[in-house]
Amino acid sequence: MTILSLKDVSKSYGALRVTDGVSFDVPQGQALGIIGPNGAGKSTLFNLITGNVPADAGTITLMGRDVTRLTPMQRCLMGVGRSFQIPQPFGNLTVFENLLVAATHGTGASEREVSRRCAVILERTELIDRANQPAGSLSLLGRKRLELARAMATDPKLLLLDEIAGGLTEGECQALVATIRAIHAEGVTIIWIEHVLHALNAVVERLLVLDFGQVIGMGDPATVMASKEVREIYLGIEV
Amino acid sequence: MAGDYRVHARTRAATVAGIVAVVLVIVGYALPAFAGRGLIQDLFFILTMLVLAQFWNLLAGYGGLVSVGQQAFVGLGAYGLFGAAILWGWDPVAALILSGVAALLVAIPTAFFAFRLAGAYFAIGTWVVAEVVRLSVAQWKAVGGGTGTSLPRDAVDGMRGLETVKTLFGASNAAARDILAYWLALTLAIATIGGIYALLRSKRGLALAAVRDNIEAARAVGVDAVRMKWIVFLTAAFGTGIAGGLIYLQKGRVSPDAAFAVTDWTAYVIFIVVIGGIGTIEGPIIGVLVFFALQSLFADYGTWYLMALGMIGIIVMLFAPRGLWGLFSDKTGVQLFPIRRRLTGGKIREE
Repeated sequence: MTILSLKDVSKSYGALRVTDGVSFDVPQGQALGIIGPNGAGKSTLFNLITGNVPADAGTITLMGRDVTRLTPMQRCLMGVGRSFQIPQPFGNLTVFENLLVAATHGTGASEREVSRRCAVILERTELIDRANQPAGSLSLLGRKRLELARAMATDPKLLLLDEIAGGLTEGECQALVATIRAIHAEGVTIIWIEHVLHALNAVVERLLVLDFGQVIGMGDPATVMASKEVREIYLGIEV
Repeated sequence: MAGDYRVHARTRAATVAGIVAVVLVIVGYALPAFAGRGLIQDLFFILTMLVLAQFWNLLAGYGGLVSVGQQAFVGLGAYGLFGAAILWGWDPVAALILSGVAALLVAIPTAFFAFRLAGAYFAIGTWVVAEVVRLSVAQWKAVGGGTGTSLPRDAVDGMRGLETVKTLFGASNAAARDILAYWLALTLAIATIGGIYALLRSKRGLALAAVRDNIEAARAVGVDAVRMKWIVFLTAAFGTGIAGGLIYLQKGRVSPDAAFAVTDWTAYVIFIVVIGGIGTIEGPIIGVLVFFALQSLFADYGTWYLMALGMIGIIVMLFAPRGLWGLFSDKTGVQLFPIRRRLTGGKIREE
């Protein structure tokens, strides 16, 4: 079954086409990695999928339903969870309250119903000892973990991760990758934008390469990375 | 296992505050038996200003909607009540509900336009709407047009509950009306604080805080930010309307210039919230007491008094942006109306 389908999706800012006729399908349960140079339109693609940015043209289908005109809130309720590239915590709320907002509003449940689930997510993302601290006081690693934890709290079917491993040390990165693998193993579909390729390769089954807003390669990670086009454009290597 | 987690928000200070509050409420209701008419009138003023301040704080402090047009709803509340009493012969106390309804009816189209504006533009937009409403009401001849009107004698003397108060305290008509208005103001203040506190403790309160911190992220986790703005704006309009109706029920006389005065019903109210501490329930309570003290002591100095109020407001904004209560709370950690949800038990190791 296809969980997400994009068909000829385009978005321009003035004369700049940041997303240019992008089409691809994501089968349920897959982990898809998205790579591409800076400015290729990766984050915009995420914003189009979540609805934070409206599409100029094309259709976005989620679980068989056309969501192109739906708001981020509606898509979240349908099961789209996301992390932001630059962490966006609710700084004055505690870490636990950050999850409570997401769990109650992202699923429509009551606080009582979700508080235990939030605690379990905090355990999994190793934030449990920080539960009662203001989210604004977290370190970078803590904020990245909170992005993941808060997205998980909305009980997503499709999880979008935007450079969640960026800026972390090797050890921190490995711990985060292990958590993401475990989440994926439970059947959550993942789309992951990442520059840290070894982190990405440890999880994803398929790779999509974006350049100047266009899909220039897609398929098995090893094959995609080996292709001449990708090596030239993405890695800047003359082949 | 994670089976033994608990969530609670209670603090020791809040428990003490709760007990003190219950005592204060009992004393408050019993007060007319001991207190003179002057004190009852002062307390009526404090309580109604407190209600206005709590609703403005809900708007600006929690909803991020800095309105300078709340006098529109005070005036509409007043005129809703006077209109119902004069034209339809309603009992003034029962007509208080119409005060809220009148404010609500105008708040809906106001929000529709004002929500297209942000920040300072929203503030100015609401002010403009308030002026338009004032000028329109001044054309309403049946309630006195630009010069205003009084509540009809029989409506005032036949007010529901007035006879009971008179026999209870052996008071004159005028004194009994003050007592009745004071009781209504006390009830309204309790309902307002209780209602706002319940809202903040609910999952809607969490959503408000999330929107205030980061609206993009709030949308991404399923928070309906637009709906939250509507809830806050309409609730504040309804409550402000009832407070306006009550203020003019006690005064017995209304005019457009007084009932829609931006100084009395918005500037003073902003002063109260800002010096007390915006974004807290405690702040407006402290603020209204400071304001009342300043007014009792210095109001005779006229213009100098207003300039001094402005100066104090600016100084507080610069050096204690979270107000007097914020200053105190940051130093001591005391919260009388705690809303923070603490997770305890399970695997948590607190440092």
